[in-house]
Amino acid sequence: MTYMAAEEDEGPPRIEPTSFDLIVVGTGLPESIIAAAAASAGKTVLQINPDPYYHSPFASLSPKDLISFLHLHSATTSDHDYTDFRTVDSPTDQTTDSSFNILPLSTRPLYSSVEVHVYSPEKVLDDSLQKEFNLDLAGPRVLFCADPMVDLIVDVDVQNCMSFMSVDTSYCIYDECQKGKGGGLLWNSVPGSRNAIFRDRSLSLKEKNQLMRFFKLLQAHYHSNSKSSTTTSNEEDDENNSSMKITPEDLETPFVEFLTCKIRLSPKLTSIILYAITMADYEQDNVEACKKDIVKTKVGIDRLMLYHKSVGRFRGATGAMLYPIYGQGELAHFFCRRAAIMGGISITQMPVVGLLVDKDVGNYKGVKLVTGQELFSHHLILAPTFVIPPGLTTPSVSPQDVYYDFVQQDAREKVVRGICITDNSFKPDVANCLVFYTPKSLCPDQMTSVRIFQLSSNVRACPSGMFVVYLSTICGDVVQGKRSINAAKEALFSTSVSGNSEDNSRDPLRENTVVKVKPTLLWSTLYIQELIMGGFDCVSSTPMPDGNLQYSHVVDAALKLFQKMYPDDEFFPKKMPWWNEVVENGACLSEG
Amino acid sequence: MHGRPRKAPTEEEQEASVVKGAKLRSIQAKFFQFHHTNTYTKEALEVNAKLLEMNPEFITGWNYRKLAVQYHLEAAQSDEDSIKSILDEELKVVESALMTNFKSYGAWHHRKWVLNMGHSSTDRELFLLKKFQKLDARNFHAWNYRRFVTALKNIPDEEELQYTTDMIYENFSNYSAWHNRSVLLSRLLKEEVEGYYPKEKVLTEEFEFVRNALFTDPDDQSGWFYHLWLLDQTVKLEHLLVSSWPPNGSNVNVSDYCALSPSLSSISRTLPLILCFSEAVGGINSSTVSVVCESNMDSNLTWTPISVDKSGFARTWLTYLTFSSEPMHPSRNYLVKVSIANSEGIISSAGFCCSNPSHMAFTVCLPSSNTEFDEGPDIERIDWSEENFSSNQLHSENLGLINSFNELTISGGNKKTYETNAKIIADEIAYCRELLSEMDCKIGKLTLARLLLAYDALSSASRGVQDQNMFQYKEILELYHDLMKLDPPHFQYYKDQYSLVFLKQELANEESLLKYCYQYRDSTSLSNNSLCLCLRGLSLSQIGCIEQLLWVQMLDLSNNGIRSIEGLESLQLLCCLNLSNNKICSFSALEPLRLLKSLKVLDISHNEIGAHPIDTRRYLCASPLSHASDWKREEFVVSGPEMTIYWDAFSIFSGLNLRQLSVTGNPIADKKFKLFLCKLLPAMKWLDDEKLR
Repeated sequence: MTYMAAEEDEGPPRIEPTSFDLIVVGTGLPESIIAAAAASAGKTVLQINPDPYYHSPFASLSPKDLISFLHLHSATTSDHDYTDFRTVDSPTDQTTDSSFNILPLSTRPLYSSVEVHVYSPEKVLDDSLQKEFNLDLAGPRVLFCADPMVDLIVDVDVQNCMSFMSVDTSYCIYDECQKGKGGGLLWNSVPGSRNAIFRDRSLSLKEKNQLMRFFKLLQAHYHSNSKSSTTTSNEEDDENNSSMKITPEDLETPFVEFLTCKIRLSPKLTSIILYAITMADYEQDNVEACKKDIVKTKVGIDRLMLYHKSVGRFRGATGAMLYPIYGQGELAHFFCRRAAIMGGISITQMPVVGLLVDKDVGNYKGVKLVTGQELFSHHLILAPTFVIPPGLTTPSVSPQDVYYDFVQQDAREKVVRGICITDNSFKPDVANCLVFYTPKSLCPDQMTSVRIFQLSSNVRACPSGMFVVYLSTICGDVVQGKRSINAAKEALFSTSVSGNSEDNSRDPLRENTVVKVKPTLLWSTLYIQELIMGGFDCVSSTPMPDGNLQYSHVVDAALKLFQKMYPDDEFFPKKMPWWNEVVENGACLSEG
Repeated sequence: MHGRPRKAPTEEEQEASVVKGAKLRSIQAKFFQFHHTNTYTKEALEVNAKLLEMNPEFITGWNYRKLAVQYHLEAAQSDEDSIKSILDEELKVVESALMTNFKSYGAWHHRKWVLNMGHSSTDRELFLLKKFQKLDARNFHAWNYRRFVTALKNIPDEEELQYTTDMIYENFSNYSAWHNRSVLLSRLLKEEVEGYYPKEKVLTEEFEFVRNALFTDPDDQSGWFYHLWLLDQTVKLEHLLVSSWPPNGSNVNVSDYCALSPSLSSISRTLPLILCFSEAVGGINSSTVSVVCESNMDSNLTWTPISVDKSGFARTWLTYLTFSSEPMHPSRNYLVKVSIANSEGIISSAGFCCSNPSHMAFTVCLPSSNTEFDEGPDIERIDWSEENFSSNQLHSENLGLINSFNELTISGGNKKTYETNAKIIADEIAYCRELLSEMDCKIGKLTLARLLLAYDALSSASRGVQDQNMFQYKEILELYHDLMKLDPPHFQYYKDQYSLVFLKQELANEESLLKYCYQYRDSTSLSNNSLCLCLRGLSLSQIGCIEQLLWVQMLDLSNNGIRSIEGLESLQLLCCLNLSNNKICSFSALEPLRLLKSLKVLDISHNEIGAHPIDTRRYLCASPLSHASDWKREEFVVSGPEMTIYWDAFSIFSGLNLRQLSVTGNPIADKKFKLFLCKLLPAMKWLDDEKLR
């Protein structure tokens, strides 16, 4: 239930009750999932939205809002407190109860180097159009039909509130010149299923055979694994498959080695699998570059299996991936609503100015709102924008339970994200699609793959007749990351209607397509996002969106934080009477 | 719909089915009451509709509905509205029945029956089909019905072909879609519809299309089925005539063959003429085949198809040339010219017309007087033991007779087409090898063997001669050899194919053929030619290449693994046949012998006849009884109680005039059986080792 300010005459609104099991500051996706999970587990939950923009940094915003949000949270402007932009009369450092100290809560910049290019202001920036855009702050990002996020939604979405659209197709752009084959950049559609392999026009017959055999090997591997766990499988079957087994040693080898040496896939197929299906970031066959991000076979085949399980999970979903209509923000919104349904209280646009700390022990007790009200809870979850103030102690948490990271990532790593609004699709007849530029396919110093996601008006990303394109890449070196994104933009779009025909040699569209004119950019932005990690300590914080295409880290982070806080409670208990029905009608995830 | 294991019903389900059964019985009782009283009231029809919805398989229910519809239509006379409402109701009933079971034959049939009346709109039908094909894309009922509806709606074949493409793109593991594709393409190719001509272009495209399926998942059979169909379309040879006896260019001494005349009368100027075709043909008569002789010859020829069935189609056709009068010059050779397919009328069993005339000629030497053929009492028993055969000292005249057809050039067929098709096959061979280099694949190996064989046939046809040597025969044999090991359940099939290819190689070539020819020691016991073709101990499982063997009179097939002698009926000159030590397991497997009217000596000892209480062949092949119209009923009765046990032996031997028969070493060959044979074959002189009279 949204608590709205009441009793206008008596100054700032007061929140009742004042003590909770859990206070969540932030309405981003992980915060919202935790709030919903805790509320579902019967905890008393207060969710506070401290920011003028809902669900950030997982929000879907209009172009104007997006830019103001980025500026608000970027390095140049955000070295100050919330109180600076929201003037409230009663900022008190004094607490009503003298047994607490107040540690002021400060924020940190989340973004930097925000660039905006407006080519057609009338088409994008007109006020009447703003509500027709839903631009994701954390794009590109998709759901796999069989991933944990979708499972969670299927479990939780009783009323069938969410609706999704299938991603039509994906392409992997792979530079054959670089592999010494000649032929330049080719748009290869990503064949993720048996029939996609059959239909594919760019694979050779041999490649089709190899790929399908590999897929079969995977299925046999998973089948035998699942069988041996339930029953002692019959020996005859084992003998038949003995030649078709992935050994435990194989699982520990680098995936790229497994694909090229063991399965003997062609370089093209290896690239497609590595970068467009298992979504590797760094160039896998460059030992130097990917020291930190080598995809092991075990991980690789797990991701491939996720892809396979995703194809055909839902009737009506044509591919492996889904995208929520009205944008990513819908997901966070969905869980916020779930928290409210389960009895959680949420208050909006209410900055938190400080944390209440026990004077003697120094551990967390509660928060102080900008209105001066003090609220108490056992646990606190903070959005990544907040810096956990030093000086907190955690007597209740033993040191080995403290942990900070969910995914090991290089601290210097950042994500470069770009959003483009264009007047046309890359490919005729394709509305929503993914494009993967493999490392070094754009420029020689492109160390990581660049992921691109085009969305059309049919997911309400933009007014009809336009397309929204998200680009992202992980980078250690910001300059180089930006160069990759800009190279991709240059390869895909033109900035004016006329100037596009000179650059034929690098035009990826010349193969397999009839389109000769690149889509024209109407508006674009580029920004660098910090990869702030979440952690569990005296107070817990949630992570920023990672550089991946999926939501797995979000679900993972939410689950881990929940389990740390409530080790005895179930994360979204499934024993509710309606549960079975919903799973059977998995189609409740019907696309729009 | 496919590959789903059936679960044992739970207790609740069992209970539910008991309840359903009781309900069904009560409705059924009501229905029968209406049915028996010819009641077609609204109530009666409703009961019937309910019954059919519960159990769409109830054929009587559908028949009743047809009667009711006819009754009401009569009453409605020609009022369009009421006719339409009657029929619409039927369509509704069918729909709800199909919802219960969309594989109900009765329901689909009823729908066709209603639509055939022509009063209903067909618009809904495609929509309905879409729904059913979404449920199960391979459901052949729906595909069948689709063909019916598209014919009714005159939807062009091209459109339907696109539909099969779409369905295959959705999931290529769809036998029905591939099958419909072959049906549609056959029509489009036959009618040479624009875009589907020339045939070679279409075939190339189709091979490419299906190749994607084969490479993507070689374990899926549906694509291979279509591939096999395509292969068949590509190797179709237009020339039908393969060989003849007497062979083209040979010289025949008529008196040598007088014993082969249909009746053992004194007519000694009779000569059999045998034509052998590449497939079963019909329409051979004196107008489609002309035979002209310098000497006086009865030109009114009667052609007989040599076939176990009565279809009128056969691979081999036989007639007897009768030279009626005394020759003017006894020592002279007279030319006989044969022209085949002069006029249209020869049709293959596949409906293919033979329009390419072939010509051949041979010379005959007529005896100066009627030399009586006499089977003297001094005729000796034929002894098949090896020492009685010596490697041949062939006379040159014999050689000409053996060389059945190699000289005859094939005039028919478009050589250019064969050349193009041979190229298509060559491409397929290359792709097949590529696939096999990637993985071991049984069906791939089998297909490669078939492709290689097809390539040989096409490339020799394109050169206009029947080839003496097969290029890749060693490889083909190796492939079948591998397959026998790789795929034991289909061992026998591979073995049969192996035998055919082996024989084709060994017998098509004059040089190697001669290696198998032996001279029987004592030519006096044989009417004339004592040359024996000895294919002993080659582990053959069936015989083939019969067109090269029309000349054979003495054939030794002993010590092989022969189970079937299919095709042997073509050897119309055959006198002596040794089938001992083989795997023949029933008399019905010997059915071709019935057509060998010249057969005098037969050895079927040491086989497995009678070993198996049930003759499974009878279920696979047409029963001899179904073709037994030439049996005389009296004979049947006279032969007494043994007939019920030995009727199949009777069906084989009763028409033969055997002089010598060996049956020992078969489980059936006991004393009783031998007695039966003596009764059945009064002219028999030797049974096993015993001299009878």
